[in-house]
Amino acid sequence: MGVSERCPAKIGDYGVIGDCRAAALVSNRGSIDWLCWPRFDSPSIFGAILDRERGGHWSICPTQEFRVERAYVRDSNVLETTFIGPAGRAVLTDLMPVCSQEFKRRSLFPDHELVRQLECLQGELEFRIDFWPRADYGQQSVDLRTPGKLGLRMDVGAGAYWLRSSVPLEVHKDHASATIRLRQNDVVQFSLTYAEESPSVLPAIGDGTRRAIERSVKWWQEWASQCTYNGPYREAVTRSALALKLLCYAPSGAVTAAVTTSLPERIGDSLNWDYRFCWLRDASLTVRALLGLGYHPEAESFLTWLLHATRLTQPQLRVLYTVFGQIAPHERIIEKLQGYCDSRPVRVGNGARNQLQLDVYGQVVEATAQYAEFLGSFDRMTQNALIGIGKYVAKNWDQPDEGIWEPRSGRRNNTHSRLMCWTALDRLLALDEKGNLQGVPRDWFTRERDRIRRQIETRAWNDGLQSYVATLDGDGLDATLLRLAWYGFEHADSARMRGTYRKIQETLGAGNGLLYRYGRDLPEGAFGICGFWGVEHLALSENTLADAHKTFRGLLRYQNDLGLFAEETDPASGGALGNFPQAFTHVGLISAALTLAEQERGKAHPAIQVGSDVKPEAKS
Amino acid sequence: MNWASWILWGFVANVLLTTVNSATQGLGVTRMNLPYILGTIFTPDRDRARLYGYFVHVGVGWILSLIYALIFQSLGAAGWWRGMIIGVVHAFFFLIVVVSLLPGLHPRMASEQQGPEAQNMLEPPGFLALHYGARTPLAVLLSHAIFGALFGAFYHVK
Repeated sequence: MGVSERCPAKIGDYGVIGDCRAAALVSNRGSIDWLCWPRFDSPSIFGAILDRERGGHWSICPTQEFRVERAYVRDSNVLETTFIGPAGRAVLTDLMPVCSQEFKRRSLFPDHELVRQLECLQGELEFRIDFWPRADYGQQSVDLRTPGKLGLRMDVGAGAYWLRSSVPLEVHKDHASATIRLRQNDVVQFSLTYAEESPSVLPAIGDGTRRAIERSVKWWQEWASQCTYNGPYREAVTRSALALKLLCYAPSGAVTAAVTTSLPERIGDSLNWDYRFCWLRDASLTVRALLGLGYHPEAESFLTWLLHATRLTQPQLRVLYTVFGQIAPHERIIEKLQGYCDSRPVRVGNGARNQLQLDVYGQVVEATAQYAEFLGSFDRMTQNALIGIGKYVAKNWDQPDEGIWEPRSGRRNNTHSRLMCWTALDRLLALDEKGNLQGVPRDWFTRERDRIRRQIETRAWNDGLQSYVATLDGDGLDATLLRLAWYGFEHADSARMRGTYRKIQETLGAGNGLLYRYGRDLPEGAFGICGFWGVEHLALSENTLADAHKTFRGLLRYQNDLGLFAEETDPASGGALGNFPQAFTHVGLISAALTLAEQERGKAHPAIQVGSDVKPEAKS
Repeated sequence: MNWASWILWGFVANVLLTTVNSATQGLGVTRMNLPYILGTIFTPDRDRARLYGYFVHVGVGWILSLIYALIFQSLGAAGWWRGMIIGVVHAFFFLIVVVSLLPGLHPRMASEQQGPEAQNMLEPPGFLALHYGARTPLAVLLSHAIFGALFGAFYHVK
């Protein structure tokens, strides 16, 4: 079998469905190629995206030639894939049913459920249904049992999967299949559930499935309607908000970086990482996105998780945590899986767990400072936690670290890490000035903050390049330097930032607003969020708002047909690369749209509101 | 039944148990702060919840120590090791049964089925309260063993 035959759909050809506890990827050929239950970082039951042969999948696909149109039901995470064949048209609806807590209190509700409904809208179409579950990342086959007419039962470890179907399936030992012919108005329905407690709840199919779909659409639409954003690109912002919501783990409030592991940053290469954990580097942008769109409960839940789930390691913060605040598991390789289009190895767990990233301290404190604008004050435990973080930063900011991009090549004196340490101390001082914190050692924090500023201004500035640089006394560029203005360290219009922006575009620009994160000659695509940082930088500068809009529109060309972004984009093909969908890219999009809207209205940028030592000219 | 001995040593052992529970959280052994969990039944205010929860935990523990006293009476002897064994059994009961019931009992605790609605709730403890840290079962076992040993050592069977 050639590589192309071993490849599943393109990364951008997937759509995501979920229920804020787990998620699945559905290809534009109607195949569920990724599903992990009970939570995002659990082993997969369908993993064909990482190995078409061994990973397991559940496909519902026409047997004849067809073309496809896809869309989410308006303002929802209910996916509709319409197959258009020579003799008919049918729509496949995929979702994980959601409902209110009130409804759950009144009804029996499966712990986890995935619903698929296929309806022939016109003419006639033949479909092939293949159900191939494979447990534990494809390493374990699954025995299908047929206890009467209830459906198929699969016992995997401590849990039980049930597949209920409105059409008979031909059941083999480890898979089930059927070929069915649908005529206009014919409907077939499937419900796959998972429970770790017995007895499992077996949901009704038929009208019950229809009601579950209607209820889910309504729930998502009501959630989307709470969005208070009324600036430009509302459709893209709403889709990003819905994608971000899917990545929120509701029982704890954590936000996962992506729903997948090991989708490659370059096809066929080994830059494949597990992103099903919560990265603190995403914190401030996530809180900004949620607050800016009016989703205060989600922001509050996330911030509570951020400050209290990480308690076991405080005042030190790890780079990433599980959804319940545990240190992410050790990285291991799943040898049996071929990887996405032969991109090996497939990794689960994440080795960055042991890295030092000083930027996360600034991210957490900035997130807190933004939230304080709404909340006002903090309880004593939170205050102590924040001051503890500040003291750690004051003692440790002058160390080399791995930095935001988590290279595995060792530690460096990263300018961005220094910037975020400056941000941490600056925001804590601002919180103290506003009376939100008690007991801040002002003199110490002020002294260290000013030392960081002096160090960045002297050693992170390269006179020859007329640009800030990625590392102290270095000459490399990095897209994170654009954040110097966002956090209020420099004004976007200062001569230094104009020079830095120009140099970044020259060195890291990939066309149409795309930016590489730190080099063009690296084996990876342009990094999604960096392009949106470019938009924000332009928006914060004088007289470049139109350029910012143009750049934003350019970047929107790289979303897939459903409005979803991966971690990276291949500038040559425009295709998605890396894990998918990626929270970091979507919060970048939302933040950029918020900045555009704020600048259009002449509203002060949040960094200006929550900072203490932001550049004076930036305050005007 | 030696009521005076139960009242005195049940109280002392419970103050120690509650203090050890808070200390294991403060020292970073576990994130679980049982007084805080109990206090948030009555108030979402974190500072007040810890205060209320401390008294509730001492009170409830005091009553539960009556069961320890009754077991000692039925055995006809107390002693630190008997108390420790009962404490370990108590800890296992708490970790396996009580913890799994908490999301259903506690008005401000999320269950693992929570969602997609976002509410500021206490995260669920998970099996053996492992969501609050890998060393949580150890901390619970330790604190209950100390409680049982102390109570057993000083309780006088009548």
